[in-house]
Amino acid sequence: MTFAFTPENQTKAEAYIKQYPDGRQASAILPLLDLAQRQSGGWLPHPAIEAVALMLGIPLIRALEVASFYTMFNLKPVGTLHVQICGTTPCWLRGAEDLKTACENHLKIKMGETTKDQKVTLQEVECLGACINAPVVQINDDYYENLSPEGLIQLLKMLGEKVENA
Amino acid sequence: MLKSENNIFTNLHGQKPFHLKVAKSRGDWDATKTLIQKGKDWIIQEIKASDLRGRSGAGFSTGMKWSFMPKENDGRPHYLIVNADESEPGTCKDRDILRFEPHRLIEGTLLAGFAIGAHIAYIYVRGEYYNEAKILQAAIDEAYQAGLLGKNAAKSGWDFDIHIHKGAGAYICGEESALLESLEGKKGMPRLKPPFPAAFGLYGCPTTVNNVETIAVVPTILRRGGAWFAGLGRPHNTGSKIFSITGHVNKPCNIEEEMGIPLRDLIEKHAEGVRGGWNNLKAVIPGGSSVPLISKDVCDTVLMDFDSLKDVHSALGTGAVIVMDKSTDIIKAVARLSKFYMHESCGQCTPCREGTGWMWRMLERFVKGEGQIEDIDLLEEVTHQIEGHTICGLGEAAAWPVQGLIRHFRHEIENRIKGV
Repeated sequence: MTFAFTPENQTKAEAYIKQYPDGRQASAILPLLDLAQRQSGGWLPHPAIEAVALMLGIPLIRALEVASFYTMFNLKPVGTLHVQICGTTPCWLRGAEDLKTACENHLKIKMGETTKDQKVTLQEVECLGACINAPVVQINDDYYENLSPEGLIQLLKMLGEKVENA
Repeated sequence: MLKSENNIFTNLHGQKPFHLKVAKSRGDWDATKTLIQKGKDWIIQEIKASDLRGRSGAGFSTGMKWSFMPKENDGRPHYLIVNADESEPGTCKDRDILRFEPHRLIEGTLLAGFAIGAHIAYIYVRGEYYNEAKILQAAIDEAYQAGLLGKNAAKSGWDFDIHIHKGAGAYICGEESALLESLEGKKGMPRLKPPFPAAFGLYGCPTTVNNVETIAVVPTILRRGGAWFAGLGRPHNTGSKIFSITGHVNKPCNIEEEMGIPLRDLIEKHAEGVRGGWNNLKAVIPGGSSVPLISKDVCDTVLMDFDSLKDVHSALGTGAVIVMDKSTDIIKAVARLSKFYMHESCGQCTPCREGTGWMWRMLERFVKGEGQIEDIDLLEEVTHQIEGHTICGLGEAAAWPVQGLIRHFRHEIENRIKGV
């Protein structure tokens, strides 16, 4: 398996690198890994990390350190819908546990698992920073706030259909 | 209470669009050029006169921080970093500035950047704020098109560029030196200090790191004068502040209020009170998860500012008020915070890396009523072994909530263990 940025992403990557002074291209590692993850369907296969390290002229080990340090980089495949339920105290106080249970029952998987059809990954995450609208769930790039268990299941069904039809 | 004419954030709830034209009608970008032409010394002097203290948690004097930057340029560029890595549990004020008042932040960035001699600013936005960063970028693009950024920004004669740098999920990058490491393309591990960023920051150059809210209040302070801001609140605890009120209240919200407002007033006037009434209150974490909780008897009278909360062994932190009513399993609430710190410890210092997990496991045992009464003292002893023995403040941030729990609710842990 090899990895190369699409021409469009290559242009974006070069624009990111230009945001930083000459010789400081390593600064662009977070945006580039993010770009590579998006292109690879939501996770970072090893060749993608290698390609980013090569493009930035940094040792592979440093790119691996970064990829494994930040929680938003997925080193294993995730479902088309990456459902991240905030479980930290402000959301916990307002019913995050109920959201977790409802999702587990609906999808018939445990937190941290992916459905067999690879459509949904369920994960508990730490504070998403939208606490006045707790409980909060992030699905792919978007926040869904003030959720009830029923509302979240309905949302999952709706988004699931969207994925089916895409 | 803050009079409406003293409100700085007039669009905090997104009543109107964020766009430049509307922002201008709120007073943003009004004669920015004139402010810059009054000079760096004048700007720093006004900020010092306002007695503004950083809004990210530590509460350090902003004017003082700026004056640590070298006066003359020694050939190294100066950098301004705006810390928008908002991740302190309970806190979501910067998010609403980013998405509803981005122009206030951008104008503040230009003014602060000019004051510290920087031509480049990076705004470090937490990666999860994907949509917020998009709005901020759109606002920055508007500012460039209108000539408010770039060469001769706002016709002031000062060249100024702003770039957004997105994080990727790490609470620790809110610590300023970890943020700089992250911005340089490394793991976000805090640096030993000294040297401080003003002497040796981003790429080894003089750097100032300020919180979003701190920077966003700068334009208004400069227009209305440092004395105006200093006239709000109490001495050394001046101005207004955005409080995030969360947890067991009837209407969780972000609200800008005068510093020093009684906690009870804040909750009852703006969040429609504690669920089930004030007497149903059990405890409040008054400044984001890193500060010790206070019990109801303290909440009855305490004022919301740096010094008042320090006097009751807590802190103002980010101004995030987490309210817990009598139904709360307080041991579990703090245990969940310990899990957060265990997850977010960068792993660099042994006391924090090992201690955060140890505290979490111990608390989870207490939740189930397991363990011995002596273990409570042992747990407290461990918090003191972590506190003060780490490179950055995450050690304290992890230890303090546990200490607060033991200080106010030791009897509850004891009863749980005894099974009564």
